[in-house]
Amino acid sequence: MKSIVSTASNFMHKNKLWLLLAIIAVLVILPFFGLSSYLIRVLCMIATYSILALSLNLITGFMGQTSMGHAALYCIGAYAGALFSTRLGTNFWISLIAAIVVGALAGAFEGFVTMNLSGSYMTVTTLAFAQVVTMVAQNWTSLTNGPLGIKSIPRPTFFGIELTTNNGGLYWLVLAFLILTVLFVTAIINSKMGRAVIAIKEDELAAKLMGIETKRYRIAVVAIAGALAGVAGCYYAHMSRYVDPKVFSFDISMTILTIVIFGGLASIPGSILGAIIMVAFPEALQFLSEYRFLVYGFILVIMMRFRPQGVLGGLSKQPYKLPAGVKSKAREAAAQAKEA
Amino acid sequence: MALLEVNEITKVFGGLTAVDKVSFKVEPGEIVSIIGPNGAGKTTIFNMLTGVYKVDNGSINFDGKAIHNTSPQHIVHAGIARTFQNIRLFPNMRVIENVMIGNHINTKYGFLDEVFRTPRFRKGERECAQKAIDILESLDLGDQIDNYAKNLPYGMQRKVEIARAIATNAKLIILDEPAAGMNPQESEELMEFIRSLRDKGHTILLIEHDMNLVMQISDRIYVIEYGKKIAEGLPAEVAHNPRVITAYLGSGGISKDEE
Ligand SMILES: Nc1ncnc2c1ncn2[C@@H]1O[C@H](COP(=O)(O)OP(=O)(O)O)[C@@H](O)[C@H]1O
Ligand SMILES: [Mg+2]
Repeated sequence: MKSIVSTASNFMHKNKLWLLLAIIAVLVILPFFGLSSYLIRVLCMIATYSILALSLNLITGFMGQTSMGHAALYCIGAYAGALFSTRLGTNFWISLIAAIVVGALAGAFEGFVTMNLSGSYMTVTTLAFAQVVTMVAQNWTSLTNGPLGIKSIPRPTFFGIELTTNNGGLYWLVLAFLILTVLFVTAIINSKMGRAVIAIKEDELAAKLMGIETKRYRIAVVAIAGALAGVAGCYYAHMSRYVDPKVFSFDISMTILTIVIFGGLASIPGSILGAIIMVAFPEALQFLSEYRFLVYGFILVIMMRFRPQGVLGGLSKQPYKLPAGVKSKAREAAAQAKEA
Repeated sequence: MALLEVNEITKVFGGLTAVDKVSFKVEPGEIVSIIGPNGAGKTTIFNMLTGVYKVDNGSINFDGKAIHNTSPQHIVHAGIARTFQNIRLFPNMRVIENVMIGNHINTKYGFLDEVFRTPRFRKGERECAQKAIDILESLDLGDQIDNYAKNLPYGMQRKVEIARAIATNAKLIILDEPAAGMNPQESEELMEFIRSLRDKGHTILLIEHDMNLVMQISDRIYVIEYGKKIAEGLPAEVAHNPRVITAYLGSGGISKDEE
């Protein structure tokens, strides 16, 4: 059993690029298989939550700071996009840029407020931040229309074509966002910034003593997470065409956190797998929806007990991927031993 | 002018004066040791040198500039890197990544280079990884690059921590009880290794509580007890200083380890 798993994982590692391209190809042609618009909608929500989970994974999985209020940044992005489109009448793409900028600024603010905190102080502060954001959305009626929410948000358009679930446009749009998010997160994690951010999780003081500007990185990471949540929020607002403060409740923060922990801290595929399961299950098991919290709690307890690194989390057993052109005697010796 | 000049630094914790007007210097190319019984204030001195603690009084000049009460990051940039008494590697990162983080401040590319994988990024990563490998190979750790730091034996972790400090391009490397937790043979080898670093041109400031261990390799030794400097000089001078002998006899004798 072990050897099957390791053979499979070796195979996947060696053919990573081809497998990814194959998966993307299948995902791109999926709408042509006559899926119902309900199913397309579920897929769109899976992709949206994948982006949100990748965004939170930067803060929690890679940087090691637990946020219980990630819906705040999602909410801010959604309202920013919705308000631009309805109040200022900008088209979707301009609203998207606005949502990204506003999300990043809100993230930078959250990062600034929490940059000296860790552990439960961090958790409680992020929770409070989300409460404040929902309260503002509830009560600043002149801007947000309060509990009544914002209605009739126009659909996104692409060269004049309205994107809907029926024509698959909304699906391809969010698929593109997700692919770009994965590329973006992969790029920043596999770099100097990624190493610095993981070092902060591993040992913040030691990171400082290696010259890493830990506070600057803590602000930057939450700002980047805010920008990604802005994309997800703006997309959601224009897909559902309606937002109100209740859409971004504590529930949603817990869902995103559960996805990240279940899928795997610091695992990019984990965040997507987590989103598939956490979004699809409540849809499939509608009768359980009343007990969603119970199910999340249960999942978290089981994971913490038996697989704290999450389904796809944990340390890679593959050799470290050296940049092209780097020489290592040990690697050369290993390569020669293999040839002989 | 000395590379490092510490003038009468003082640190008070509540009512306890952990470091009391201690002065010392390090010249380029030297191995200087600070010795003293446990609790003497050695680690506190290092914490002031590296910006973890502010000094309550006194000054620290490095390379001609005052560095006390700045920030740890500023001090690394100025050229001091350290290791810790209780090893503080990044345990779930690989050996090569640990050393690449040491090179963080010398890796020059920006956020947009990362996102768009520019030639500048690729060059920076290649140089960073190659430098880490070169340092590790020079310390006989070339075959450990893929291992996670937490999975290495203790002695190797110590060396990786030193490799990480070297990767910062520090002009002065300061080692806090590098032999802690090692058996006599390992300690002996480590001291030889530290000597070889000096021979390669590194300047080293070393803390140790076991005086015998550093006798052979130190160019000069400072002795502190209860936060105060009680002796300084060449190893032979210090070993015969009556105050040092009493200090060490009073806390277990010259040849015995502190607990
Ligand atoms: N952060 C701190 N707060 C209070 N007391 C401290 C702190 N750090 C060290 N001390 C005290 O200062 C004294 C010197 O400690 P330390 O520098 O660690 O000694 P050494 O490294 O020589 O064994 C000890 O009495 C210790 O308890
Ligand atoms: Mg100490």
